[in-house]
Amino acid sequence: MIKVYVPRDSSALGLGAETVAEAIRAEAGRRDVKIELIRNGSRGLYWLEPMVEVDTPTGRMAYGPVKAKDVPSLFDAGFLEGKVHALGLGVTQDIPYLKTQERLTFARVGITNPVSLEDYLGHEGYRGLRRALSMEPSAIVDEVTESGLRGRGGAAFPTGIKWRTVLNTAADRKYIVCNADEGDSGTFSDRMVMEGDPFVLIEGMTIAGLAVGATQGYIYLRCEYPHAHAALNEAIESACAGGYLGDDILGSGQAFHLEVRLGAGAYVCGEETSLLESLEGKRGMVRFKPPLPAIKGLFGQPTVINNVISLASVPIILDQGGAYYRDFGMGRSRGTLPIQVAGNLKHPGLVEKAFGVTLREILYDYGGGSASGRPIRAVQVGGPLGAYLPESQFDTPLDYEAFASIWAVLGHGGIVAFDDTVDMARMARYGMEFCAVESCGKCTPCRIGSTRGMEVIDKIRAGQDRERNIALLRDLGETMLAGSLCALGGMTPYPVLSALNHFPEDFGVAAADKAA
Amino acid sequence: MANNQWNIEEVSSIVAGLKDKPGALLPILHGIQDHLGYVPPETVPLVARELNLSRAEVHGVIGFYHYFRDTPPGNKTIYICRAEACQAMGSEQLESHAKRRLGIDYHENTPDGEYSLEPVYCLGNCACSPSVMVGTEVHGRVTPERFDEILDEMQAKP
Repeated sequence: MIKVYVPRDSSALGLGAETVAEAIRAEAGRRDVKIELIRNGSRGLYWLEPMVEVDTPTGRMAYGPVKAKDVPSLFDAGFLEGKVHALGLGVTQDIPYLKTQERLTFARVGITNPVSLEDYLGHEGYRGLRRALSMEPSAIVDEVTESGLRGRGGAAFPTGIKWRTVLNTAADRKYIVCNADEGDSGTFSDRMVMEGDPFVLIEGMTIAGLAVGATQGYIYLRCEYPHAHAALNEAIESACAGGYLGDDILGSGQAFHLEVRLGAGAYVCGEETSLLESLEGKRGMVRFKPPLPAIKGLFGQPTVINNVISLASVPIILDQGGAYYRDFGMGRSRGTLPIQVAGNLKHPGLVEKAFGVTLREILYDYGGGSASGRPIRAVQVGGPLGAYLPESQFDTPLDYEAFASIWAVLGHGGIVAFDDTVDMARMARYGMEFCAVESCGKCTPCRIGSTRGMEVIDKIRAGQDRERNIALLRDLGETMLAGSLCALGGMTPYPVLSALNHFPEDFGVAAADKAA
Repeated sequence: MANNQWNIEEVSSIVAGLKDKPGALLPILHGIQDHLGYVPPETVPLVARELNLSRAEVHGVIGFYHYFRDTPPGNKTIYICRAEACQAMGSEQLESHAKRRLGIDYHENTPDGEYSLEPVYCLGNCACSPSVMVGTEVHGRVTPERFDEILDEMQAKP
């Protein structure tokens, strides 16, 4: 039977994938053609979504963007045999955007049926877990340490060191918590993995459990992701039924249980200690550190808390070995980064590349330049707490240290491009406003500073006592940077002051006044 | 999905089904809001009693999270993304268009009780900005024209 793929990814659904799938099913029925309709994840070529694929002897052929009204003509043209049509994109794997990527974490996303355990197993799934089951916990941690994996949520802390701390902390009960509260604007790689290959996350968490001696895992998922919620629950159910989760994983005598918990629209709950408070059923107030969550985390027990992409990268590290993963990348940034290309760009999507690719390559070679056709003026990298970069910094390689050296962050790998119609003083004000809306309120620099920041920027924009107010804004930035409890208040100065430093003309001051 | 006629037994059974989970408060509040569309303030004493918390603690948790609401929503809640990627693609115009078309501001319901309008900070649909979510359904590349189409399509459905 001919296999036809229509994504169930929520962005594809948001562009009409469901009606396309229905139209294909109906048209096949009308023509009495037998097809197997598979709802895959997205390949991440979002300007081509809904992208329909057909399995042919020469490989999978892609068509897109497909609307329901295109379906009869696709059948007429013989798309089921991979024949020519105006929407034809050729062999999917050969589309340059995909062909030049290094997909390790995203190896299966868009290819398999996300909720089919059989499909997962048929595509090298659970090989990492099988290997981990034959190893001592300490050796599993060593493998992750050797890979050089650093936390992909944004803080870039070495995953192996975190795991080692939990392993070495004796306790009756330990936890693995997955931070799936992907709240940064311009980021969607966690969502794509959870919707497109949930088993890889489940496998990664199970391996983490074996490595540190934890038997219970929680995925703290933002409630804005209902489709990811459904896919995860479906996959967890099959993993339990298949013996990959539960009291006795694959007959090893080792237990690991997993549950998805929903957040409730608080950005700050992406901060690890606030997330733990929320999981405990409380207001998401940030905790003082120390103690580290690795020593006293969820319900006071040692807890591994990692981002979705960090955990989803673990299966390939265990399967292929830490050295294999480490050999991608540059400097101290090892492996690959799923880069999320968004904002005002012609070809937005998901680009997984080894660290070291430059921002310019991402914006132009992949992103295709601005969607509006106007020059790209500013790019925010790393979410709402990331710095804005001007054109002169576009040749910076995507590498944690290279970004730190220009007072910027890679964060979770989200890239948002703005064309030359952007008002950077307005974006700076938004940065403060966002912090004010989302602050948990525990520390003063964040709770009060963000509101005062908005007011000061309003005065600057209104031309009121500009020089003094700019000095005040810089001073406030210093206070928030140095005095906030967590990254929300502590990093809000990045977008605000980078906007001021790189685009002073938008604040009504001459570029010559630039002072860092 | 607002249900003003909620009864105490329904809420009690939601609480009873979830209260033994570790950290049960958020799952319980989700359970109540899924069922009633909001968390009525009158349910707070019940939840507090069952979890051995003070009413202030429960109230404080409801108030902390943007998603939980203590007043009934319209039949459909429309969320508009205000985050940067959507701003880069013109979400500001979309916001003002939506407010004009619906005749309400954020956190308000239309007088006929049909729609609520809420801001949201990222739907993870950033490659298809601007984004809107209606109920649990995400829509991408929502121009003001597309927004009107979405509303018209919903009104056409019974």
